Amino acid sequence: MVIFSVYVVNKAGGLIYQYDNYVPRTEVEKTFSYPLDLVLKHHDEKVIVSFGQRDGIKVGHAVLSINGVDVVGKSTAEGKDILEYLKDPVNYPVSIRFGRARLSSNEKLMLASMFHSLFAIGSQLSPEVGSSGIEMLETDVFKLHCFQTLTGIKFIVLADPRQAGIDALLKKIYEIYSDFALKNPFYSLEMPIRCELFDQNLKGALEVAEKAGNFGAGS
Amino acid sequence: MSRQSNRTTDNKKMSSELFTLTYGALVTQLCKDYENDEEVNKQLDKMGYNIGVRLIEDFLARSTIGRCQDFRETADIIAKVAFKMYLGITPSVTNWSPAGDEFSLILENNPLADFVELPDNHNTLIYSNLLSGVLRGALEMVQMAVDVKFVQDTLRGDNVTEIRMKFIKRIEENLPAGEE
Repeated sequence: MVIFSVYVVNKAGGLIYQYDNYVPRTEVEKTFSYPLDLVLKHHDEKVIVSFGQRDGIKVGHAVLSINGVDVVGKSTAEGKDILEYLKDPVNYPVSIRFGRARLSSNEKLMLASMFHSLFAIGSQLSPEVGSSGIEMLETDVFKLHCFQTLTGIKFIVLADPRQAGIDALLKKIYEIYSDFALKNPFYSLEMPIRCELFDQNLKGALEVAEKAGNFGAGS
Repeated sequence: MSRQSNRTTDNKKMSSELFTLTYGALVTQLCKDYENDEEVNKQLDKMGYNIGVRLIEDFLARSTIGRCQDFRETADIIAKVAFKMYLGITPSVTNWSPAGDEFSLILENNPLADFVELPDNHNTLIYSNLLSGVLRGALEMVQMAVDVKFVQDTLRGDNVTEIRMKFIKRIEENLPAGEE
């Protein structure tokens, strides 16, 4: 049972905290010789595979690192454009790691704001008056749980669909927030949370929840 | 296996002496810095406001209270749950206005001012004005604009401490989704 990530969104819809607790399993590293038989293209500031799927490297996977060094967007760590680099036979043999592109922090910010708006749609679509916003979003790979406090802060947890006890975990995260973020006088409200104690206690709570989740519905 | 939801801080008992002394030191330092009772009252209210906006989340996280339906329920929760939780006292709720938008909290004893006597040159100082700010800040975070005033104060010769709270309006900006 795994808890994948935690997001905290403030009243205005801005992401103020994000923590990822998972390691993507679908990464493949291979050594290639010239010419490269995969077709790569630019997409959204990343270089992705558009044709030539093979050996675990799928269409849509992004180039994560070249020769062991992580790439930066469309360029290698040294600043050379990746597609240019890979067209030059001099650079071969080259070892490239492909995998599902991880979300950049800007993308996470945008997705959090989008979720904030969608959350409101949940209550607007409701046939009954006074419905809450979206509390749970389910896909085949994960379940997203959202808890909105009376003051408008949202705590969002992405977890394995079979994970139990997320409601208790959301309340616990609220307590940890009210302790280690709010009681820190140097933390300003609505701003990104950069408190060590908050991180540590949150990780501790996630570990407890992951272990307890195996015993059926939590308290 | 049920998980205890108590946090370790709940079980730590601290004597209230340090709290009383700290608050006293705070007020006297403000008096020295500003030398003007009105100004000190304002500063205490501001400080209380900053405390209130944070305290409300702690209150909501620790109690399982949901949204109050009307101002009467709010008054009851403030007196019976919040004051009990944070100051260990339970003020009584009285003097409702006919419109139901104003009430008084009567405090028999005030833990902030246990050992305090106000000298003559500070007779407009509202010693416990921090509490006004706390109440105002906390309620503002749950979309209620209120006006909080001390109308009686044992430190200024009255029998009881009376805090008057008036509901001004519901704050419609930045309502959390689903609260319309």
